[in-house]
Amino acid sequence: MIKTYLSNPGEKLMSDVSVDTNKSTADNNQPQSSDRRKFLTVGTCVVGAVGAVGAAVPFVGSWQPSAKAKAAGADVEVDISGIQPGQMIRVKWRSKPVWIVRRTPELLASLSAHEDQLRDPDSEVEQQPAFAQNKHRSLKEEYLVLVGICTHLGCSPQHLIDGNFAQYAEGVAEGFFCPCHGSKFDMAGRVFAGVPAPSNLVVPPYQYVDDNTIIIGSEAEVS
Amino acid sequence: MNALMNWIEQRIPMMRVANMHAIQYPAPKNMNFWYVFGFLATIVLVNQIVTGIWLTMSFEPSAERAFASVEYIMREVDYGYIIRYMHSTGASAFFIVVYMHMFRGMMYGSYQKPRELLWVFGMLIYLALMAEAFMGYVLPWGQMSYWGAQVIVSLFGAIPVIGPDLVIWIQGDYVISGATLNRFFALHVIALPLVIVILVFLHIIALHEVGSNNPDGVNIKHKKGSLPEDQKTSYKIHEYYTDKYDIVDDVVPFFPHIVLKDLVAFSVFLFGFCYVMFFMPEMGGYFLERPNFEIANPYKTPEHIFPVWYFTPFYAILKAVPDKLFGVLTMFAAIAVLFALPWVDRGKVRSWRYRCGLHKVNLLVFAVVFIFLGYLGGTPQENWKIVASQIATIMYFGFFVLLWIYSGKEKTKPVPERITL
Repeated sequence: MIKTYLSNPGEKLMSDVSVDTNKSTADNNQPQSSDRRKFLTVGTCVVGAVGAVGAAVPFVGSWQPSAKAKAAGADVEVDISGIQPGQMIRVKWRSKPVWIVRRTPELLASLSAHEDQLRDPDSEVEQQPAFAQNKHRSLKEEYLVLVGICTHLGCSPQHLIDGNFAQYAEGVAEGFFCPCHGSKFDMAGRVFAGVPAPSNLVVPPYQYVDDNTIIIGSEAEVS
Repeated sequence: MNALMNWIEQRIPMMRVANMHAIQYPAPKNMNFWYVFGFLATIVLVNQIVTGIWLTMSFEPSAERAFASVEYIMREVDYGYIIRYMHSTGASAFFIVVYMHMFRGMMYGSYQKPRELLWVFGMLIYLALMAEAFMGYVLPWGQMSYWGAQVIVSLFGAIPVIGPDLVIWIQGDYVISGATLNRFFALHVIALPLVIVILVFLHIIALHEVGSNNPDGVNIKHKKGSLPEDQKTSYKIHEYYTDKYDIVDDVVPFFPHIVLKDLVAFSVFLFGFCYVMFFMPEMGGYFLERPNFEIANPYKTPEHIFPVWYFTPFYAILKAVPDKLFGVLTMFAAIAVLFALPWVDRGKVRSWRYRCGLHKVNLLVFAVVFIFLGYLGGTPQENWKIVASQIATIMYFGFFVLLWIYSGKEKTKPVPERITL
């Protein structure tokens, strides 16, 4: 029928002749389906659906963080070779302060002494990546990496050294003290009991590229 | 004039639609006070759209400018504060009338057969309304905007496997940021209002197909040919209805009878609305929360984070469950179970007037529990409240369990043939 129409456009349509196969019945306005028509219908729907999914890609994708947001939230590479034992440096990651402390062996040894004063000494609350759920809350014992934001109301606690912390926590020489509401954390970022902050300080995801370089923002793939 | 009307009518069926859906629409004559809230909800929707358009003219959707531009609207735009308070008071008014509207449906069984889809469309409107209200509340970029968004968006983080990536996708950043604000603005101003208007249209079409219920819950439409002439209404009812049914002599045309009643309610409503708008637009911190008068600060968590009052019942349910994922699921289940109400209730009698005493008690307890949950979710956490909200959550779901049990073999009172007045 179509062929006839195309080859003889001037002539009368031959629909009267070929109408038998496409006849409408009284109670159904749809043309009667042949297998070929069904195939075309299904085929068109499938192709159309694929097209619709394809067209949705830019709309769904545009909700991902933009290049600007990705740049602002990108991983930060830190050279830690210059940090002296006992020293702390601050870097900025996703507009938050991140502390890196090189802990002395004596300090590490003292961590277990005050565990009875802590709220969550075993880091059971998920405030750290899985790799840091240990006694020293870090990848390598020596280097502590923490987000320097109090878990109470987001102030940045102070690093008190040389016994200055002892006035806030008996027998603990060094730690972090939040001047806003008096929350206290030890040198593994673990919160003391009886302060407003509900949980330990956050350990960000990080990994070592080599012995002297840390990347903050991503974890090493577990192989 | 008549010629002009005819000319138009032949080209677009304006009078036919007006007749079918208003002037000759049969409404039960015993519709009472509880039947004004659908009308009021429509009025409030119009208010939200009109004031919203005007607010958009001065609002700047960016993390840097949003808070300042709201201050600008309040202080420097002529009449800006009135338009903003109309919008913010309208948001709370919307939920007040919608909750009343829903409770009316529950009292008189307006969700039962054949009105199941009508109820489902209504619930979809409620769902879209919650999304709309939540995103609107983020726009002023105050402390509660920010931290409220933080709490709600992080709910999606509880979903296993895809949760964390989904949160980043919703935020468009690694934290709630200007990108989040901008997309919420787009959804609040274009996408969701469009969805809501379409759903309201479908809600009304579905209503007019099945017909309005009434406080007695009895049918006003009977099988064609089943009523003697003297029991049929003498009002002119549109043939769309009379062709299929005999309409009993208990109806009045929607316009003007019902519309005039609704207008009285509207004027009473306006007294309350205007009083709040002019004299207490913050409603003691319930309509506009105090921390929201401070600009969003990602480094300073407010001491207590509450959603606005209309979300607090669900917030209490969320907090009642100690596990995060299970809490989120319970909260969504609390909304989902409302969708299932037409199938949970196996009763054949609609109105609570003729249902068993237990049903009345059950429904009233449900209403009280809902309000109590709202109180628990909107006040600072205390120890006794944890247990209280757990009990209230169980009672909330208990309503549906009980309803399903007793509605199967319920001892009901005799339902009258005709509407009683």
